[in-house]
Amino acid sequence: MSAPGISLAAGRARSVLPGFRLSLGFTLVYLASLVLIPLVALLLRPFELPLPELWDAITAPRVLSALRLSFGMALAAALIDAVFGLIIAWVLVRYRFPGKALLDAVIDLPFALPTAVAGIALSTLYAPNGWLGSALMEYGIRVAYTPWGVLVAMVFIALPFTVRTIQPVLAELGRDSEEAAATLGATRLQIIGRVVLPALLPAILTGVALAFARAAGEYGSIIFIAGNLPNISEIAPLLIVINLEQYDYAGAAAVGVVMLGASFIMLLALNALQSWAAKRR
Amino acid sequence: MPRKFQNPTEDSLTLKLTLGSIAIAFVGLFLVLPLIVVFHEAFKGGLAHAWTTITDPDTLAAIKLSLIAAVIAVPLNTVFGVAAAWCIAKFDFWGKTFLVTLIDLPFSVSPVVVGLVYVLVFGMQGWLGLTLAGYDIQILFALPGIVLATIFVTFPFVARELIPLMVDQGRDEEEAAVSLGASGFQTFLRVTLPNIKWGLLYGILLCNARALGEFGAVSVLSGHIRGETNTMPLHVQLLYDNYDYTGAFVVAAILTLLGLLTLAIKSFLEWRYADELAASHRH
Repeated sequence: MSAPGISLAAGRARSVLPGFRLSLGFTLVYLASLVLIPLVALLLRPFELPLPELWDAITAPRVLSALRLSFGMALAAALIDAVFGLIIAWVLVRYRFPGKALLDAVIDLPFALPTAVAGIALSTLYAPNGWLGSALMEYGIRVAYTPWGVLVAMVFIALPFTVRTIQPVLAELGRDSEEAAATLGATRLQIIGRVVLPALLPAILTGVALAFARAAGEYGSIIFIAGNLPNISEIAPLLIVINLEQYDYAGAAAVGVVMLGASFIMLLALNALQSWAAKRR
Repeated sequence: MPRKFQNPTEDSLTLKLTLGSIAIAFVGLFLVLPLIVVFHEAFKGGLAHAWTTITDPDTLAAIKLSLIAAVIAVPLNTVFGVAAAWCIAKFDFWGKTFLVTLIDLPFSVSPVVVGLVYVLVFGMQGWLGLTLAGYDIQILFALPGIVLATIFVTFPFVARELIPLMVDQGRDEEEAAVSLGASGFQTFLRVTLPNIKWGLLYGILLCNARALGEFGAVSVLSGHIRGETNTMPLHVQLLYDNYDYTGAFVVAAILTLLGLLTLAIKSFLEWRYADELAASHRH
């Protein structure tokens, strides 16, 4: 930001630029009417139920196992993507090789590909008669129509989040501090462990949080590959859809509130991470 | 090796080959292979079958509906993105950081929860459902619901591209223009817009890709009426569930081509106009 001290001193009232009220007003009205008020409607809805009933709706075995599957697998997927995202970011930033631009562009594929398309493609690929599914079957591993299918879909859709948060930070990091550590006699492993990774930590954690949030809420790509067996491979968002189809609005809202609560927590965590990262810089 | 010296910040060739292979293998296995599957399956039935699927009235209706939803949602979110970035970048006010957080909120909400939220507001048991039904206005299971869902999930794309870009650019140029007598509109059109045009295009591009591809939120709100409230991604599901796998992959291939086109333009913008995009894209 340019000279925040000066602009703060000048104050908003004396800014010479026009359009403050109009732009802020439009922003707030648009944000409130399309996003905030509908979300509040969801937050209030489950409390029309008596509390014990609400508790029962959330702690029903089928709901609990769906929540456990969604959040557990999302965490696993985010961690897998953190490890491979770090390697991919490292390769993209530090190495030079033919086809690098292509590799870089392909990373964003999960952003550009509709989730339903990813879902049927992954499902076909990992089905028992699919290219990868048949190969894995020989080792007795089933991916499609099991909880592992959920994991595969989540790893797919969340990968760009870790790569794209680590990559710019790594590029900006430069090699100065690594060179300094090397002159002081640090081994390569020490440099990576004590200089590079600590500097990347906020970015890695941010990437994990973003990947986790996206994977936990994912629906489109998972329902095709998961098989959707209640208590086994049924994810929480699908349970919301099933409840809605049965006109069980309160039940759907109960699961929805848990998911939304998790989103808020992730958002707060991300904000805390950002201010932590800004302080370290 | 002719000399025993190795640059301490340079990885050894073995490590380079190992990490490079891991990266390429992982990307190939998880990202590229599904892409190949889409086209392989789509052309399994031959070009004739692909053409029949594409020209089927239900497919055409799905394409049309997806385009209509995008044509409404993308411009609205573009205007919002510009307005939000203008007040956040050009003025100081209380609660600014919180506002930026709220704008990012739709990214972390599950698409299904988005659908649920609108069902709760506009459904027959919802806050506005009965009132609107009295005026014979249908939101759910009709175009307005699909558009609302699309707007929600694509909400932050333009704003989050423009905010860091315009904050970075500061206010000096606009202040100079205004002090020389330019009106607010002239200032925006002649000073701000030329500075942000590539960033704006970048945001619109990503917004549009998501709008055409959204599945979860639209799925909850559409009602899945074939030929009427089915968007392209929903049509993929419908064909797939009806065991028309090849047909599903034909429609999926169209969506994939649109996605690849988006990626190509995006990569081009990042390469050609790197300096005029938000800092996070300059790698």
